[in-house]
Amino acid sequence: MALRQSPLAAVHADRGAKFTDFGGWEMPVEFDSIRAEHEAVRESAGRFDVSHMGQVTVGGPDAEALTNHLVTNDVADLDPGESCYAAITDDAGVMLDDTIVYRLPADWPDESDFLFVPNAGHDAQMTDRWTDHRDEWGLDATVENRTESFAIVALQGRDARDLLGPETDADLSDLGRFEAAMADVAGAETLIARTGYTGEGGYELVCPWDDAETVWAALECQPCGLGARDTLRLEMGFLLSGQDFDPDEEPRNPYEAGIGFAVTLDHEFVGRDALERVDAEGPDERLRGVELIDRGVPRHGYAVTTADGDPLGTVTSGTMSPTLDSGIALAYLPTERVSPGDLVRVEIRGEPKKARITTTPFLDR
Amino acid sequence: MSFTVPDDLRYLDSHEWVQVTDDSARIGISDFAQDELGDVVFVDLPSEGDDLAAGDDFGVVESIKAVSDIYSPVSGTVTAVNGDLADRPELINEDPYGDGWLIEVDLDDESELDDLLSAADYEDQIA
Repeated sequence: MALRQSPLAAVHADRGAKFTDFGGWEMPVEFDSIRAEHEAVRESAGRFDVSHMGQVTVGGPDAEALTNHLVTNDVADLDPGESCYAAITDDAGVMLDDTIVYRLPADWPDESDFLFVPNAGHDAQMTDRWTDHRDEWGLDATVENRTESFAIVALQGRDARDLLGPETDADLSDLGRFEAAMADVAGAETLIARTGYTGEGGYELVCPWDDAETVWAALECQPCGLGARDTLRLEMGFLLSGQDFDPDEEPRNPYEAGIGFAVTLDHEFVGRDALERVDAEGPDERLRGVELIDRGVPRHGYAVTTADGDPLGTVTSGTMSPTLDSGIALAYLPTERVSPGDLVRVEIRGEPKKARITTTPFLDR
Repeated sequence: MSFTVPDDLRYLDSHEWVQVTDDSARIGISDFAQDELGDVVFVDLPSEGDDLAAGDDFGVVESIKAVSDIYSPVSGTVTAVNGDLADRPELINEDPYGDGWLIEVDLDDESELDDLLSAADYEDQIA
């Protein structure tokens, strides 16, 4: 199947980007170097094309009821222009995806009430999930897959506000974390959301597909690819759908994955009853940070063991942290056997490397 | 994008180079290879005295995004290992044919060099 392309694909190619296949999209993985891009975001600012992220809108009288019944967080609590992080779970409480749900501001240009952002390649599946449940429950709601109607540009880092400010009529000082507002950005009608996936302050800008080039060009700073996006999110311990959890390869519930904060048990949703039991008993395994003491780079699939070599679990995500200059990883480990501070080993090509269990984020932010 | 391919070296299609001086051979990875890998963060190399056979993988170079095995273009005994790479693996990115060299070997059989790619052939391969 042909890979899907961002509206900025040609712009990135001209800028010398290297591309990779990610979730069925051909996206830039690296523009200059992962380290340079990573450091730009941690020290000043960087811009990411994240148009591969799904965008699904929900409107109509039952838009809230439908969405609220399909995500773990309570979106009824959101005012227009607010958003929250949530998991999308099945009946057994297993995470199918994670997402940000926005209750759209009143001046969003159509009748939609909610926008949610599934991960790359999950847009069709999640649109179907919403429409199937709407029909099953007899609800009155319009669900539209808008993934190829809007581009998303993420502007992240401490200089983000200074870069965006001159390009927009929005009062950015008014915009709190997880808040979103409609504004003009470089002439494009844009939803400015104060959200991100890097641990730095910044914005995610949802703009019409055809305006992506204008918005991208207006935000002059280091372009960053998926490589830096991965090292930045991993330093924060943020989950990557399809890797740190996946209904087939790595079936996990939100408590195991360490995002119990995104589960609100006092509302009804698919998976709620199963999750109530997990919450009462506590998960048997928990996603933990693992920081290498020895030199080495932990990677997906590597074994985590005790000092004596007894298996404890497997790395789901790992990298060399550019900020800490040490290997960092996430792994599901038995809660009764492993606590933060414990010394373990990560097996790298048959060599046990010394590592320490940590809480996430790996960085103070 | 164009990559440096020095004329006086021989190459493997897996992107290692070898530079021969008298009966000693220095081995590294090409400019193309370091660019493909991106930021190198770790190397795992053999020890002095280890014996290598041509075509053997003798270590790994790891970047942030990938692990890459490195293959020996020649047979011989390791006589030197670039110790600077332990603390500064980025030398491989900065100077792949110079300070970023990996190991030196005492050649067993100089005729093996005839099996390697010339600079022109290697340049064609990565073009």
